[in-house]
Amino acid sequence: MRVALVLPAALFGVLALAFAAFMILGRDPRLLPSTMIDQPVPAFTLPALRTGEPGLASADLNAGAGVKLVNFFASWCVPCRVEQPVLMRFAREGGAPIFGINYKDKPEDAIKWLKELGDPFARVAADRDGRAAIDWGVYGIPETFVIDPAGRIRYRHAGPITQDVLERNLMPVIKEAAK
Amino acid sequence: MTRKRRRLTLALLALSALAVATALVLNAFQDSIVFFRSPSDVVERKVPAASRFRLGGLVEEGSVRRLDGEATTGGRRSAAVAFRVTDLKHSVEVRFTGILPDLFREGQGVVAEGRLGGDGVFEATEVLAKHDETYMPPEVADALKRAGRWQEEGPKSQGGGK
Amino acid sequence: MIAEIGLYALVLALVVSLVQATLPLIGAARRIPEWVALAAWTAPAQLVFIAVAFGALTYAYVVSDFSLLNVAANSHSAKPMIYKVSGVWGNHEGSLVLWVLILALFGAAVAGFGSNLPVAFRARVLAVQAWIAVGFLAFILFTSNPFLRLDPPPADGRGLNPLLQDIGLALHPPFLYLGYVGFSITFSFAIAALIEGKVDAAWARWVRPWTLAAWSFLTLGIALGSWWAYYELGWGGWWYWDPVENSSFMPWLVGTALLHSAVVVEKRDALKTWTVLLAIITFAFSLLGTFLVRSGVLTSVHAFATDPARGIFILGLIVVYVGGALFLYAARAQALAGGGLFAPISREGALVLNNLLLTTAAATVLLGTLYPLFVDLFELGKISVGPPYFNATFVPLMIPMLVALGIGPMLAWKRGDLGGALARLTAAFAAAAAVALATLALAWGTGAVLAALAMALAAWLVVGALSELAERTRLFRAGAGESWRRLKGLPRSALGMTLAHLGVGILVAGMTGSLAWTAEDIRVMRPGERVAVADYDLELLGVREGVMGPNYRATRAGFAVSRAGAPVAVLEPEKRFYLVEERPTTEAAILTTWRGDLYAVIGDPDGKGGWVVRLYYKPMILWIWAGAALMALAGALSLSDRRLRVGAPTRARRRRGAEAPARA
Repeated sequence: MRVALVLPAALFGVLALAFAAFMILGRDPRLLPSTMIDQPVPAFTLPALRTGEPGLASADLNAGAGVKLVNFFASWCVPCRVEQPVLMRFAREGGAPIFGINYKDKPEDAIKWLKELGDPFARVAADRDGRAAIDWGVYGIPETFVIDPAGRIRYRHAGPITQDVLERNLMPVIKEAAK
Repeated sequence: MTRKRRRLTLALLALSALAVATALVLNAFQDSIVFFRSPSDVVERKVPAASRFRLGGLVEEGSVRRLDGEATTGGRRSAAVAFRVTDLKHSVEVRFTGILPDLFREGQGVVAEGRLGGDGVFEATEVLAKHDETYMPPEVADALKRAGRWQEEGPKSQGGGK
Repeated sequence: MIAEIGLYALVLALVVSLVQATLPLIGAARRIPEWVALAAWTAPAQLVFIAVAFGALTYAYVVSDFSLLNVAANSHSAKPMIYKVSGVWGNHEGSLVLWVLILALFGAAVAGFGSNLPVAFRARVLAVQAWIAVGFLAFILFTSNPFLRLDPPPADGRGLNPLLQDIGLALHPPFLYLGYVGFSITFSFAIAALIEGKVDAAWARWVRPWTLAAWSFLTLGIALGSWWAYYELGWGGWWYWDPVENSSFMPWLVGTALLHSAVVVEKRDALKTWTVLLAIITFAFSLLGTFLVRSGVLTSVHAFATDPARGIFILGLIVVYVGGALFLYAARAQALAGGGLFAPISREGALVLNNLLLTTAAATVLLGTLYPLFVDLFELGKISVGPPYFNATFVPLMIPMLVALGIGPMLAWKRGDLGGALARLTAAFAAAAAVALATLALAWGTGAVLAALAMALAAWLVVGALSELAERTRLFRAGAGESWRRLKGLPRSALGMTLAHLGVGILVAGMTGSLAWTAEDIRVMRPGERVAVADYDLELLGVREGVMGPNYRATRAGFAVSRAGAPVAVLEPEKRFYLVEERPTTEAAILTTWRGDLYAVIGDPDGKGGWVVRLYYKPMILWIWAGAALMALAGALSLSDRRLRVGAPTRARRRRGAEAPARA
């Protein structure tokens, strides 16, 4: 009888372990492109958001010295508003050039949005059908990548960049990548 | 009836319920589990002929078309539609009769359930497109990933099972 | 400012919960009356603070305060007011605040109405309740703060998923949570009983109203969700065995078992350890539902935007609460064993069978829901377990259960007389046989045998429940006046049971009818064309594009419906495009009658003047929700039983009462 009393706890333990394994080993797509880390940026070519400006292609990220950031954003994305002031400050302080990729957005909305909140981007490209985002393995918006001088992806952050995230997660990687 | 005998009866009853349930579950697992396959699986790995499966990928741009809207049988116009599902490496022709889901769009993720016909066309009985701008069905993401579109180091151990 | 008050109130609620979780427990153990008495004050205080927080969030939604991230992400100024309000719980953060609000509501109710409970016992119950509150308040404050500010605020919000802008779904989560969270009280009672090492008839009687209330709410919540899926998703189905649906159904199955086993504890002082275990498992399933929907482990139409960190946090809470409870159970349940003996053929025996089948069914649902996860975890491929699995496992388990359901209430406690019970069910047998034959005769075709059996089962349940009522009121045996007097004199809990069982019968009839004899037609139609579905004739009058609603643009079709040449109705299905969210939705048009529903959906144009249309006739589908509503109503009726209301007898008096011949 005592065995019968312990049985539920034991069964639950097994189940909880399985869940924990699932959560930690995580087949969550957002954690998945960790294999993209230290890979060269995927091949892509995108037009500029504003006509008359240069677009963005993988070659732009491979060329030139220095660390670069790539940020996927959209005017309809509410958390993007959270990170925009942080990105503005980062750009003003000259941390590294940020390349913006405007994801599935109406150009006029995006342009208005940048006017309203400020434009921290060295260039802004438009990914209207979201195909480039698939190549980058983007799961949700916003998402930010750190690219080292050799054009390899060094870090990826899903979700908004808060001041805290910037200082704790991004800055060390940016410093490390610059070496 | 003594306490001991009651306990024995209860235990036997519980065990038989468990046995019946196990039998039912095993039987159901035999023939009602549906695997996810990517277009590359279908093209390369030869999915078992008569098996029912779910096909996940993107709706290929420009591939959606209505089939013979004019062909009438007994005054009835068929609502058949065809499109191609791609993992950006291979693509598979899909035929479906019915109303496509609200969020079905070209270039977007889709999951179709059905069987592969003899002519290599996937006959879908159900088409699902449960995503919005920021959401991609994980099965579709997985299919794209395995097709090497997400810079993974080639296809992983996949498929498995029956 | 209002939002800051809301956040502050949540913090205060957490502090109060911490006090309530510790001091009364220590007070009860060390016999410090002041500490024990504390719980009676902290529980209402907790409710007040959480209500302030919930009010603050609701206010932000009502006035469209887009400086709150949560409001900006989930609401829009052009949304109708009712959906602004329901938007509060249409997202992860807000729904959690509703969750803890309901938790506090139940806690305050125990403090308020529990004056019949021994003081120390009530303190322990409330302390356990507070432990749950602490966990979930911390979860909100550390991972899911709904009061985060946005600077600068956007001009307008992002809107709410249009599928959720619907009255059925606006009401679905509150009822579901009233059910889920209501079972937390039963859980707290079980833990308190384990701590005290005592479970008896009085305990069962105290637990019963809470279990009943939670069960009724959950029944209603599930029914509302199913109704919503039926008319809003535009597929004409009402149950998809979707993981999220399953995660509300599993606590219902185990909760139903609990409701029945608690009766055995109350009447016969038996099955005590089992009932305590069920109380723990029911709440465990409620927590599991919360976890599955929010962790990103499962994806489904209903799932909230997910975050792994949140999943880990909830998993941690489950491990602490359920793991802790089961540990306590393993250590202490031995002390509870014992109780009245009974023969296999008896009321108790029937209830044991009910419990076995319900829990086994819940286990098969659990397995089917989680199996894809495990297959994925071990990299065996991606699979989906759909309706075929559940039909092949769940349905066969329910058949013996429903057969026994007719017989059980006719059996006496301790030692039943199967022959006598069956003899009293002659009318039910006859009805079942007649319905089966009539079904075969009227609707011969594929699947007719199965449909006839299922309809026979429904008739068996309905007539069985009525026979049971006739038996109790001595209908046909005594005069009409005498029967009426007996009916009025019946305890409401007995009447509730009969009605609930009647509801199950109606539910089974509705399910069978709508599954077995659905008529469906999918085709391309041009205006002016006609089509026949079941015995209705439909003419597509025309399709109008660009019809404007409050926050959407619609394409609206008009169908003139006639039956036997006489016009019946005009059905106007729509395809809507929600302007803010830029999302299309399908709005089915439904003609509802007791015979069945005519269901029309309009699809895409074919570019040649035609439109894809899908038309269904679903016989008796209304019976499904009528049956479910009757079950929930029966729960409420049973709840209003005098014996369960305020001032239920104290332990000592109950002891004597329990020996009296019981009816129930």
